[in-house]
Amino acid sequence: MILIQLFFSFLQIGLFSFGGGYAALPLIQTQVVDVHHWLDMAELTDLITISQMTPGPIAINAATFVGTQIAGPLGAIVATLGCVFPSCVIVSLLAWVYYRYRSLTAIQGALYGLRPAIVSLIASAGLSLVITAFWGTEGFAPVLPDLVAVGLFVGAFAVLRRWKCDPVVVMLGCGVLGGILYLFLPGLG
Amino acid sequence: MKRDHTLYFRLFSSTFLLSAFTFGGGYVIVPLMKQKFVDQLHWLEEQEMLDLTAIAQSAPGPIAVNAAILLGYRVGGPLGAALSILGTILPPFLILSVVSLFYTAFRENRVVAAVLKGMQAGVSAVIASVVVDMGGDILRRREWLPTAIMAGSFLVTLLWDGLNVAWILLVCALLGITATFAAQRRKEGSP
Repeated sequence: MILIQLFFSFLQIGLFSFGGGYAALPLIQTQVVDVHHWLDMAELTDLITISQMTPGPIAINAATFVGTQIAGPLGAIVATLGCVFPSCVIVSLLAWVYYRYRSLTAIQGALYGLRPAIVSLIASAGLSLVITAFWGTEGFAPVLPDLVAVGLFVGAFAVLRRWKCDPVVVMLGCGVLGGILYLFLPGLG
Repeated sequence: MKRDHTLYFRLFSSTFLLSAFTFGGGYVIVPLMKQKFVDQLHWLEEQEMLDLTAIAQSAPGPIAVNAAILLGYRVGGPLGAALSILGTILPPFLILSVVSLFYTAFRENRVVAAVLKGMQAGVSAVIASVVVDMGGDILRRREWLPTAIMAGSFLVTLLWDGLNVAWILLVCALLGITATFAAQRRKEGSP
């Protein structure tokens, strides 16, 4: 039962993530956190952090990670297969259309409409990540946010925008700095 | 090209190594695939690689996987496609399996928990920066439809909790198709 759920959840993630890169992020959040509660937001953030530092597409990383956590190695295999399956079918179909008609006008038109929507969906997933970092997994509350997290976020964002630093370096920097602050400042973390 | 075991082995090992050492997803791996399969192995012409890339980027799912399917099929038929998919997904699969085995134990550790909490803020900043880049690209085009779609779908996700994102994607895809065909017709209509 759980294997079937894993397969179809990751099938949807594979089927609807257009545009590569971070496009899978909002879909992973919907399926894994909102619908099935397999991970909470903090665990999802950890997963994204791990994905940034290891090779491979984020959707495959997520499938393996969630599958293993929920149903062991078999779960990881089933979730990964679900994630790759739509690609196999749709890519073959598109390749056939492309070589027959030498044109992808319809699909490129679809992408013209999809790209701006994907930016918004990633923005909305990003907002959940920021809220989790500032207020914890319970979500936004009318209390003071975690000031270390706010400071790290603002600092990291500034470094990324100003110097175009490697994201992995920025994340590791935040990890080291945050680790020291949370461990040694009393009353935090 | 002779489809013998040397070819299949090469296909698997090349996709495996490319996937194992590529950090940063599809946009990075595709140029590296071109370098390997066009410039080094001469399995494809440059133009054909460009076509395959266009298809890989148009289809849903991870771009690296899509590109591997097309490339594997082109070079080695169905078996080639299966092997290159396997080569592409095995490295992240193996690495994440190991990571998730240790994750639960590590997460309990006080030091690891503090470092991960710091990294949460960092990864949020990375995603925020990606959004600024992507959103900036859309806004700079100064076209009303993409801008409207971006603003509209953001509002809908904020206000309509629990809406399946597939509906948003479907509506936006239809809008894009309609606009593209309308533009094409206008261009053909005018002398």
